[in-house]
Amino acid sequence: MLDIRKRTGYIFLAVMIAQVILVSAQVQTRSGTRALQAVTFGVFSRIEIGTASAVDKVRNVWGSYVGLRGARAENEYLKQRVAALEVQLKMEHAQAARSERLQALLDLKSQSTIPMLAAEVIAGNPDTVMRTMTINRGSDDGVTADMAVIAPGGVVGRVIGPVAPHAARVQLLIDRTAAAGAVTERARAGGMVVGIEGDPPLRMDLVSNLADVKTGDAVVASGVDGIFPKGYFIGQVERVQRGSGLYQTITVRPGVSFSSLEDVLVVLTPPRPATRDEAPK
Amino acid sequence: MKTAVVIVAIVAALTLQTTLAGLLAGGSIAVNLVLVAVVYLALSYGAVTGLLTGAIGGIAQDALAGGIVGLGGMSKTLVGFLVGVLGAQFNLSTTVPRMVMFVAATFVHQLVFEGLHAMIGGRHFSPQWTSTLVQALTNALIGVLAFALVENGPGAMQRRRMHRATLSKRRF
Repeated sequence: MLDIRKRTGYIFLAVMIAQVILVSAQVQTRSGTRALQAVTFGVFSRIEIGTASAVDKVRNVWGSYVGLRGARAENEYLKQRVAALEVQLKMEHAQAARSERLQALLDLKSQSTIPMLAAEVIAGNPDTVMRTMTINRGSDDGVTADMAVIAPGGVVGRVIGPVAPHAARVQLLIDRTAAAGAVTERARAGGMVVGIEGDPPLRMDLVSNLADVKTGDAVVASGVDGIFPKGYFIGQVERVQRGSGLYQTITVRPGVSFSSLEDVLVVLTPPRPATRDEAPK
Repeated sequence: MKTAVVIVAIVAALTLQTTLAGLLAGGSIAVNLVLVAVVYLALSYGAVTGLLTGAIGGIAQDALAGGIVGLGGMSKTLVGFLVGVLGAQFNLSTTVPRMVMFVAATFVHQLVFEGLHAMIGGRHFSPQWTSTLVQALTNALIGVLAFALVENGPGAMQRRRMHRATLSKRRF
């Protein structure tokens, strides 16, 4: 029986001798290994092609994945940035508009000798019948019922009771039950401005057919109601229609944009009893 | 089973080696995975498997490289045989002796390969010690990791029992 130690040695020698012969054949002619090289390369090249293809696919997938992740992250970042900038832009626009409004209020307040209090509109009225709004000033600030509320554009309305310590309700002039003594600035034709359902939302009543009123005339507060300060702008005459009776039908476009009111001034002068005649003494 | 393991190991080593070379085209590969496979199989299955794996793997590598076929085969056959013999004589079942064996095998392989090229291929004998050291350390690291993976992977206990049975049968 062949000793395994000897067998291993024989195998080693046989393998080495076979390789020496192989190498010798190549050194002499190189013709002996061409077939071996061709076969080995031919077989293994298929494995290499498969492996390279697989590696390429993995690299492509990985590259695409990484690229996609980068693009997605960048897209998310840009979206957030755009959203943030849009918000910032809107805030700046709002800030600028608010600054303009406050400046106008300040100008109005400084021009007038009447004591006024700036207030912010904090709520509207969801009820379509009553046209009111809520301001952030109340009895603690000296606000009482029937005080006039104005804005740079003109008369807004009057405070109606009850007044809370830190808030008050304001009846807008365009409310159907609201009214203000008015006079046209050019012809001094007196009447009463009331709110109506329609466009424009104000009508000037009790103006004589004989009065000279034209479209475009400014309508200001006459002061006879004891609430609205005399001379404050209410609106502009939009249509004049001579009626069959004693009075003309005049519609007035308010100077205030009631749908976008944010800041107002409360005239702190207590209301006085209404007078029947606005003519100076 | 052993034959299948040898074939799979050689094909996998060659595939990985050529793939790595393809990825690092233009750069040098500081690892010889075929040699790692030869040493691994020699340590695991003995000298005969080691030398046969060395011969087949070396010849295949030579054939793919395009040089003189057999020089790498001879050097790997020698390395496989020596590692197999030493593995049967000494206890090489821990990490450090295995690392030493991989490093030594790399140096022996490189010296024999360069020597054969100098004798037969007419090339000047100039072994690159630094790059050989780097390759030896890389080979050792990969070889030890391969051992750790196989010994601690799934079915480790069963393989250990089979390995002990193989070693008890082996006299050389």
